[in-house]
Amino acid sequence: MTATRVVVGQGSCGVASGAKKTTAALEQLIADFGLNIPVEITGCVGNCYLEPIVDVYGADGLQARYVKVQAENASAIVERHLKAGEIADELLISEVDGEFLSHQNRIVLRNAGIINPESIDAYIAVGGYKPAEKVLTSMTSEQVIDEIKVSGLRGRGGAGFPTWFKWDAAAKNDADEKFMVCNADEGDPGAFMDRSVLEGDPHSLLEGMLIGGYAIGATEGVIYVRAEYPLAIKRLELALEQARERGYLGKGIFGTATNFDIRIKAGAGAFVCGEETALIASLEGERGMPRLKPPFPAQKGFWQKPTNINNVETFANVPWIIERGGAAFAAIGTEKSAGTKVFALAGKIKKGGLVEVPMGQPLRDVIFGIGGGIKNDKEFKAVQMGGPSGGCIPAELIDTPVDYENITKTGAIVGSGGMIVMDETTCMVDMARYFLDFTRNESCGKCNYCRVGTKRMLEILERITAGEGRDGDIELLEELAQKIKDGSMCGLGQTAPNPVLTTIRYFRNEFEDHIHNKHCTAHSCRALLTFEITDKCVGCTMCAKNCPVEAISGKPKEQHVIDAEKCIKCGKCESSCKFSAITRD
Amino acid sequence: MCENCGALKQRADFSALDPVLDGYVGVRGSLITILQKAQDIYGYLAEETIDYIALRTGTKPAKIFGVATFYAQFRLNPIGKNLIMLCKGTACHVNGADDIEESVIDLLGVRDGETTEDGVFTLNNVACLGCCSLAPVMMIRGTDGEETFGNLTKDKVRAILNDIRARETAVAV
Repeated sequence: MTATRVVVGQGSCGVASGAKKTTAALEQLIADFGLNIPVEITGCVGNCYLEPIVDVYGADGLQARYVKVQAENASAIVERHLKAGEIADELLISEVDGEFLSHQNRIVLRNAGIINPESIDAYIAVGGYKPAEKVLTSMTSEQVIDEIKVSGLRGRGGAGFPTWFKWDAAAKNDADEKFMVCNADEGDPGAFMDRSVLEGDPHSLLEGMLIGGYAIGATEGVIYVRAEYPLAIKRLELALEQARERGYLGKGIFGTATNFDIRIKAGAGAFVCGEETALIASLEGERGMPRLKPPFPAQKGFWQKPTNINNVETFANVPWIIERGGAAFAAIGTEKSAGTKVFALAGKIKKGGLVEVPMGQPLRDVIFGIGGGIKNDKEFKAVQMGGPSGGCIPAELIDTPVDYENITKTGAIVGSGGMIVMDETTCMVDMARYFLDFTRNESCGKCNYCRVGTKRMLEILERITAGEGRDGDIELLEELAQKIKDGSMCGLGQTAPNPVLTTIRYFRNEFEDHIHNKHCTAHSCRALLTFEITDKCVGCTMCAKNCPVEAISGKPKEQHVIDAEKCIKCGKCESSCKFSAITRD
Repeated sequence: MCENCGALKQRADFSALDPVLDGYVGVRGSLITILQKAQDIYGYLAEETIDYIALRTGTKPAKIFGVATFYAQFRLNPIGKNLIMLCKGTACHVNGADDIEESVIDLLGVRDGETTEDGVFTLNNVACLGCCSLAPVMMIRGTDGEETFGNLTKDKVRAILNDIRARETAVAV
């Protein structure tokens, strides 16, 4: 078994887990042993919980996937696999973990974690830029839009609007300049699939934009990318440079009369810029505040010219659709929600990471089938989908198929695909408060209901979680929620109350418990907790030493007691106890 | 800016910013990019920096101030050598980001947006770093670039911060 190359996953998750040190250790050891095997990098493999991930390839393909490879484990791979030609079993991915990927259907993430994102040749070797060549040299704009229409592709950024419809509208508006904009400002706190595509397969985005740009007759493309994603920006810049060098961007692409170039614009951090008109304002260097529609961006967008905006995941689907045909895409998923969707699994989940599945799969398959269920085998309580615009889907609806229509029925939205899993220790009132705090912070302030209403809702929720809830608070929240929805101009305000409404709908008992019993059902809200020391206490005095207000008394080697009057409920005793003798209620 | 003669009150040296402005003056829609580059150079946007950009681009300072305060990225106060970006995204929240924030506050004695007296650390809460499966997460931007730390615990945070402080003190000696 001869290894020909080693590939280390270097997405942000991998790097944060130590992939750079692993790479350096591998390179050093390979050099020390005098081996001639190149160490390459790739993007996010998807099994974020197993990073750093190292793949060893031979002439016939993948020989072994090693997981959780820290720098100190690198020698096992180099000495045993690369040098002696045997598998280093103890680092090998387990069969169960291997299923994390085999249960998926990867279109958007087809190359992520496989190819080297910093090499255009690696992208070309897997068929990259062939679809763009086909489009530019042999298809008309109408044919491209028709193909996308057949595919049934809907915008993956949140609203799920049919992509062909937007392209068609932009194509039909004549102008001397038109713009194809990519929204890569992944603002939903809890979604990271766009980052993965940007870091792991940037050329698929550029190719998707080139095809879309040709379809609408755009003269320029702009990628509006989050400033918090430095690695993504670096790889995009590199990809742009390479694409220009090969003549895939610029003037006279593929020997045709088509001119199209793309530039990057780094966003400066504003959630509201996910809204199209706000994003355009930001591109123009202004405060990112939305405006009334119509005119729609397809009529008057960036610099008042026809503009089309799609998100990263939408564009990444496009080359695949052109290559395999719209019908092949439509055959995947459900009738109204075609294709696949990438979900970012995180929270209290065993196997967090990126999961791409056909639309219409039950939530259960994603959370328990692929995600492996709840961390520490606690009880599954709810899953939050759609971020600050979405809602919490409770355990009893775990068999809901994941597609636009069915998820919307629950009160949540598919959104950009964040799935935050919560267990019995997550307080739903606190989750509602968390999201309101976020939207209140991110409201641009243009509409009164959004600006002041979210603030008032937050105050009520803060009061409830602090144990000062009043009779009628739930009704007041519901009334405010409706008014904010009605009185806000853009999607941010119209959806901001959703996390509160869904938690009231499914977890009303928790709200009532807080308000009437001054008790947090999940034992999570600090102000409502009482700490007690049980007879498990061995009298080690650790808790008493850590208590900042000297509320704990007791003799050494005897059970200690907490003075409830003095206790400030900071929980430091609980976290310092090595005998799990302190309980919270 | 002086209302009588148009000269800047502060005679601050903007030679590092001039090449940036030379490239962007007259380019429409470039204000955010200019502010980003200015912040890269000086670490924050001082009032005189804003005045200088206003003077060079012919934009009103009030407008620049409006843009700078709209976006989370821009800072109007100087920051420490190491910027702690503590993730408060949903996954991090569910996995105890508040406890992590509390231990940073305990250890450094600064809150969100504040800088330690010795100028070694600034704490900034951020919306989401996109490393949700490693939650809770923080990114620290120091002199050698950015480093992301995942699966944080109170002990891990203490070790990371002590490590950086030790390095900074060693350099200072």
